[in-house]
Amino acid sequence: MPMNGAGRQQSQQFVVLGESLKTGESMDKKGKYETVVGLEVHVQLATKTKVFCSCSTRFGAEPNTQVCPVCLGQPGVLPVLNKEAFMCSLKIAIALGCDIQESMKFDRKNYYYPDLPKNYQISQFDMPLAYAGEVRITLEDGQEKRIGITRAHMEEDAGKLIHDPGGMCSYVDLNRTGTPLLEIVSEPEIRSPEEAHEYLVALKRIIKYLGVSDCNMAEGSLRCDANISLREKGRSKLGSKVEIKNMNSFKAVRDALFYEEERQAEVLDEGGTIKQETRLWDEEKNVTSSMRAKEESHDYRYFPEPDLVPFDISPHLVQKIRDNLPELPAARRERFKKKYNLDWYDVGVLTSEKEIADFFESVTVLTEPRSACNWIKGEIMMHMNERSAGIFELNIEPGYLAKIICMVRDGIISNLAAKDVLRECIERGKDPADIVEQKGLLQVSDKGELELIVDEVITVNEKTVNDLKNGKENALGFLIGQVMRKTKGKANPKLTGEILRKKIKG
Amino acid sequence: MNANNINNNPISTDVVKYVAELSRLSLDEKDTITFQHQLARILEYIAQLNEVDTDSTPPTTHVLPTMKDVFREDVPGGSLSQKEALDAAPDSVRGFFRVPRVI
Ligand SMILES: [Zn+2]
Repeated sequence: MPMNGAGRQQSQQFVVLGESLKTGESMDKKGKYETVVGLEVHVQLATKTKVFCSCSTRFGAEPNTQVCPVCLGQPGVLPVLNKEAFMCSLKIAIALGCDIQESMKFDRKNYYYPDLPKNYQISQFDMPLAYAGEVRITLEDGQEKRIGITRAHMEEDAGKLIHDPGGMCSYVDLNRTGTPLLEIVSEPEIRSPEEAHEYLVALKRIIKYLGVSDCNMAEGSLRCDANISLREKGRSKLGSKVEIKNMNSFKAVRDALFYEEERQAEVLDEGGTIKQETRLWDEEKNVTSSMRAKEESHDYRYFPEPDLVPFDISPHLVQKIRDNLPELPAARRERFKKKYNLDWYDVGVLTSEKEIADFFESVTVLTEPRSACNWIKGEIMMHMNERSAGIFELNIEPGYLAKIICMVRDGIISNLAAKDVLRECIERGKDPADIVEQKGLLQVSDKGELELIVDEVITVNEKTVNDLKNGKENALGFLIGQVMRKTKGKANPKLTGEILRKKIKG
Repeated sequence: MNANNINNNPISTDVVKYVAELSRLSLDEKDTITFQHQLARILEYIAQLNEVDTDSTPPTTHVLPTMKDVFREDVPGGSLSQKEALDAAPDSVRGFFRVPRVI
């Protein structure tokens, strides 16, 4: 419900601009239609308290325990803006390159629904925080595309409704009511479900880098509604727009848009017309279905919120925040490329999340960047996927990974053993040096010991030994493998090779 | 204003019904006429403002022209207890407000 509104009316005016910026080809199979998508993203800001009262915003509390007369909408109370919510919003808007407005005000958006105790939502209508920003995405072919941001405005979240399936009642928890949100409205410049997905990934990355929201879609701290229409290629007039709601992951956004793209193309091919309506995505059935056909919900009767005074945003403050923004993804990519001399693919992987980039930089303090990169994009990410965990949730200190890498480099443990040590490290949180000692993983680099094993291998592999003598070089690999087997992977492969060669070829 | 004004009432019964629908109110015919009159009277009262000459008055968004930029710090304060929060509600169960089913 709080998802639509002013932004959409605004974006209509930019149709022509969207047209001139068109870059990608439409994704639809027949190539007859062009897909036009605009996204409305709501970001919950990571403040301690609500936007207009001092109730806590902690997630997961008992129902209706984080409420007060202000957020319950009781008569005679006065909302006061949370400074931190304002600063978080400002940081996002600045990072998105928006034009920050010199003054902003709040308005009441009126609608009647039990998750909204005041019967209006405090939002911003005609004097929002910011207009005209951008998000840059990378298309499949490696090209960069700019997606415009129409506007960004502050508002309060609504409560949570739980519906009793088949029952006669709904249950209301107002803990979330009044949580600060920033709504970010894109231009209708997205041309495919894939681009929509990339836009969300890039936007989330920027916000996470700023540290102003956890952007957790499952917990609702980042939510997205999509507007989609099709038009025949070459036409500038937009088709009727369908709004899709109820998508709980980036993947769901992409799937819902794919579905809707096909559905609309079918309707149009059969000579039908697209009804302007709101549709809900059904994750299990993989379809969208009509939620309400009538356009009554657009009658929000906005008017200025008399209980909140206007705000002036000084260019001085904007400049100060801009100067102090943390390094953003694009800048970090550039720096990684230059400083660590990695290719763009690796740089992309390492900077995909702020935490991964931070982890990488901590490891490289103690070790060589190339190996740190290989270990992170290989083993570390495998463990992250296995556990669906963030890099710091793996509970491995960057220093421990650096230690493991150094032990491999110095020939103390084999690459294979190192993988075991890492797993042990993650599972038990122990120092890699202790693990190596306890599990007896020290690489056998003792020449005398290796020579004995090599002798055994030579005796039982007469044929392969002859092959090597006759110049079949790949026979050496087989023999080294045999030594490895006998030492359970602990033989130093380089040294083993040297001994074998010397003993066989003399 | 009396019943004779009905024909030139600035508010039509359709408008009253539409506003009622937006407000989730169900009105019968009699209510509709009553509110049609009341709303018309309110508009008429407000229309007096049109008589004021505002040509040299700059637009404002708030009645307190000198008060701006009022913030509070992000410091948690007191909330109500669950019982206090629910006490004034007509119906509640297991910590939730209970309302007639909505879509
Ligand atoms: Zn509160």
